[in-house]
Amino acid sequence: MDLVVLAASSGVEMADYEQSIQELIDAFGRLPGIGPKSAQRITFHLLKSDKAESERLVSAVSSAVHKIRYCEVCFNFAESERCAICRDENRDPHLLCVVEEPRDVVAIERTREFRGRYHVLGGAIDHLQGVGPDQLKIRELLIRAAEEGITEVILCTNPNIEGEATALYLKRVLDIPGLTVSRIASGLPVGGDLEYADELTLGRAIEGRRTLEQ
Amino acid sequence: MTLYRDVGVVLRTYKLGEADRIIVFCTQNSGKVRAVAKGVRKTKSKFGSRLEVGSHVLLQLYEGRGDLDIVNQAELVETGVELRSDLTRMGRVASMLEAVDGVIQEGQANPAMYEMLVGGLRAVAKWDTALVTPAFFFRLLEAEGVGLQVEGCAVCGETDELVSIDMDQGGLRCTQHREGMAISPQAVLILQLILGGRVATALALPAGPAIFEVEHLASKMLERHLDRRLRSLHVFDHT
Ligand SMILES: [Zn+2]
Ligand SMILES: [Zn+2]
Repeated sequence: MDLVVLAASSGVEMADYEQSIQELIDAFGRLPGIGPKSAQRITFHLLKSDKAESERLVSAVSSAVHKIRYCEVCFNFAESERCAICRDENRDPHLLCVVEEPRDVVAIERTREFRGRYHVLGGAIDHLQGVGPDQLKIRELLIRAAEEGITEVILCTNPNIEGEATALYLKRVLDIPGLTVSRIASGLPVGGDLEYADELTLGRAIEGRRTLEQ
Repeated sequence: MTLYRDVGVVLRTYKLGEADRIIVFCTQNSGKVRAVAKGVRKTKSKFGSRLEVGSHVLLQLYEGRGDLDIVNQAELVETGVELRSDLTRMGRVASMLEAVDGVIQEGQANPAMYEMLVGGLRAVAKWDTALVTPAFFFRLLEAEGVGLQVEGCAVCGETDELVSIDMDQGGLRCTQHREGMAISPQAVLILQLILGGRVATALALPAGPAIFEVEHLASKMLERHLDRRLRSLHVFDHT
């Protein structure tokens, strides 16, 4: 009976798997981007491959789950109270980059262009999902802006409706004397063709043009 | 797969897999349409910003086998730039979209609802008043068959001293037949303008507490009709 229920809920056709196998397939199937077929494939790959490889996966998952928490300061992922970036004294403490998710920190870090610190909101204002400012780390951001001697906040939320709404709201509440609030520029993706750009992106790119140095 | 064209407004979107989204449209000819936009979350997607909520787009879709179609092409009918640069307007647009999403049906053409929504979005861009949302809600309720008697008392027809509104019976009440929520004379006037076909006059009124009253009333009536809360109306409730 359990098997029938599990199989139905995972979308996999009824099959006579041992319960532990079915549980593993279900667990993989709940991961983002993994459908029932892939969940089955991963499960059988693990079961067929050498035990040490599976053990490494198990211990990597278990140690990440136990060690990782949110940084007390910026709400990025951290292995201790503060994340590596907040602990790094070579970082510019006056410059703060506000992002939606920890993965955005990783994306910006990869550019090697930014030397300040971060603040991770944990999402974006979303009218249709009912996500408002009090479900995000905005109160904490305002406290940091007031107490940490920050001179510039760069709003790096996504350039979509929710990210724009969040940036507009933050601009409104970060009205603190001596604090510059800037918004990440939007424009054309490098390496693409102009003719494929949508009207809004192209319009923004023209609006945000810059003078070429002689 | 059959290819078809339509024009519609994006009501909402859901993330799907790594880079796709399910887009829900209010279309002119097919009512509510749910379709997959492949790769739309990538920065180099051919769709760009065209399939974001509130976008008014000319569409080319593949009819899917199940209840999901596939977006092949989308062209903007209106850019709606002014709707993206103002948080208050974004909220107004969101509640219109949420309301329409709550009433239109899949596979059931509803060109009137599409026209109403497009008109609503244009009104948000044109008029900077909180009244655009209640005006839209009342029209939508009317289209749904939920009328409101505002010319006189719903019981005796008295046109002076209308002091309360009874949402259950759908009408204003005089001092003698007072029932339901209290209402100010200014709010009565606004209701009469909106429901009497003089919306433009109402939208041009200066901001004031009566507008807030009408906003509250319209939201209550719509939430009651849909039998659920409209999320977009309560996003800033605690701030
Ligand atoms: Zn940190
Ligand atoms: Zn009466």
